[in-house]
Amino acid sequence: MTNLPLSLTINGHRHDLEVDPRVTLLDLLRERLELTGTKKGCDRGQCGACTVLVDGKRINSCLALAVSHDGADVLTIEGVAHGHDLHPVQAAFIAHDGFQCGFCTPGQIMSTLGLIAEGQAGDDPERIREGMSGNLCRCAAYGGIIEAVLEARENLARNNSEKTERRTAA
Amino acid sequence: MRDFDYIRPSTISDAIAAAAEPGSAYLAGGTNLLDLMKGGVASPERIVDITRLPELNRIERLADGGLRIGALVRNADLAHDEAFAKAYPAVAEALLSGASAQLRNAATVGGNLLQRTRCSYFYDTASACNRREPGSGCDALGGENRLHAVLGWSEACIATHPSDFCVPLVALDAVVEIEGREGRRHVTLEEFHRLPGDAPQRENALEAGDLIVAVRLPAEAASFAGNARYLKVRERTSYAFAVVSAAAALIVDGGKIRAARLALGGVAAKPWRARSAEAVLLGAEANEATFASAADAALADATPSGDNAFKIELARRIVVRALMSAQAGTPARMPALPASPFFSLPGARHDA
Ligand SMILES: Cc1cc2nc3c(=O)[nH]c(=O)nc-3n(C[C@H](O)[C@H](O)[C@H](O)COP(=O)(O)OP(=O)(O)OC[C@H]3O[C@@H](n4cnc5c(N)ncnc54)[C@H](O)[C@@H]3O)c2cc1C
Ligand code: SF4
Ligand code: FES
Ligand code: FES
Repeated sequence: MTNLPLSLTINGHRHDLEVDPRVTLLDLLRERLELTGTKKGCDRGQCGACTVLVDGKRINSCLALAVSHDGADVLTIEGVAHGHDLHPVQAAFIAHDGFQCGFCTPGQIMSTLGLIAEGQAGDDPERIREGMSGNLCRCAAYGGIIEAVLEARENLARNNSEKTERRTAA
Repeated sequence: MRDFDYIRPSTISDAIAAAAEPGSAYLAGGTNLLDLMKGGVASPERIVDITRLPELNRIERLADGGLRIGALVRNADLAHDEAFAKAYPAVAEALLSGASAQLRNAATVGGNLLQRTRCSYFYDTASACNRREPGSGCDALGGENRLHAVLGWSEACIATHPSDFCVPLVALDAVVEIEGREGRRHVTLEEFHRLPGDAPQRENALEAGDLIVAVRLPAEAASFAGNARYLKVRERTSYAFAVVSAAAALIVDGGKIRAARLALGGVAAKPWRARSAEAVLLGAEANEATFASAADAALADATPSGDNAFKIELARRIVVRALMSAQAGTPARMPALPASPFFSLPGARHDA
């Protein structure tokens, strides 16, 4: 099969590519574009290591054909921080020791961003557990994640209201 | 993964014409198809990507008060649609109990109906499997089969249908809207999936090229909104397929059951509508004794297919629990762990 044209915006940059239709979004990110922050764990939708946001929603990039996502806006872990300033979700994970191993953490951070955007990061820890249950690790290092998610949600809400205040003040 | 042609038609009729060619497969969310292709269980020569087809991603209210859900509506979007969740809370609960948030964001209504069985021998291409390769035998029959079917199975296949979504749908008389080379037709979900018989490879009512365009829920189904639950027993409280599940919906008037709907998941090759149990419930007193008789009726024809006799008793208990939970009232809010039988909220009322 010949390669097919594909255009994606990844972390704010537009990429015009030609890809084999068999290539998954995960393999495209890692192998072609060298964005290796997104991890390949199970490659079958079972672990969440490959979680990225596509048009603002979290999905498993291992079960997504790249060509099927032509025109999409993709956010990976590489696009989360602002230069050297960590994103509030990343900062909260550090503050609460929510980091897992290198395999699991990028997916956890992306999944947290998705969870907060979906409005599902309420105060009930059970709801957060369920919302984060698509990210599995082998060693059960989930200790600080709930606190990290809660703090990240609050910091983001605060940042947003400060931004609105600044805008209304200006 | 083998090489395939990839096409992305822009009209429904082009999609149907392309998919009618042998060796073709539709691609929607891809969460089941790609998984099967990676394992070599499916190896289509042509992928017909339907994700850009117009008008299949809408939720529409019909003139008769029913709801028409486009085949490309994502499972998460449907479950979080307020009007939908209010009218059909047990369906929303089933959707949110399935897979993970990431998968629900990708999975579509049509794809969920058509997901293949999770029988591990079906997935393992080194095993004999009549469903994957007709005539090759069934390694599950004498194998590791504690999760296999207890109702409607045959010597040819003892697999179960894995969908959660389909269980309350079949209870509520959902209808599948199909477009094929000869136009549009409607098939009830109850008739859509087939029992294995001697041809387990024929899983549903679709012919070559047929496209699911929508699923319809009749207006009448919304009258159960105040007393409807979906309960699911799984090996973890979230992100796992059902061992057994049940959707129950009641209308109770002066202590008597005026209408009842019941369906089971994880027990057969199709979402199992328990009509014999509904007959027991209708007109009877709404109490635990009635629910136990209904559960007995639902499982009266069940036979173990190997190591899974426990499922029959488990299903009985889940039926009773689901009916009690439905009687107590649909929770006012979606439970934190949707469909978990460990989180019943007695008396919490849905403000339908
Ligand atoms: C790890 C994991 C856990 C899961 N857990 C659960 C669970 O607990 N409960 C549950 O219910 N499901 C579960 N699922 C299954 C998931 O819900 C399905 O994979 C999903 O619903 C399929 O939808 P899709 O749009 O991705 O379908 P696809 O993978 O795109 O398609 C599936 C099949 O349907 C066909 N198809 C798709 N759309 C149409 C159409 N409109 N007309 C005709 N044919 C069509 C395709 O050709 C293909 O054969 C799980 C999946 C994974 C990977
Ligand atoms: S139970 Fe059905 S799907 Fe499983 S191995 Fe036997 S024939 Fe195949
Ligand atoms: S690598 Fe995609 S879910 Fe595991
Ligand atoms: S943190 Fe990665 S396996 Fe546990």
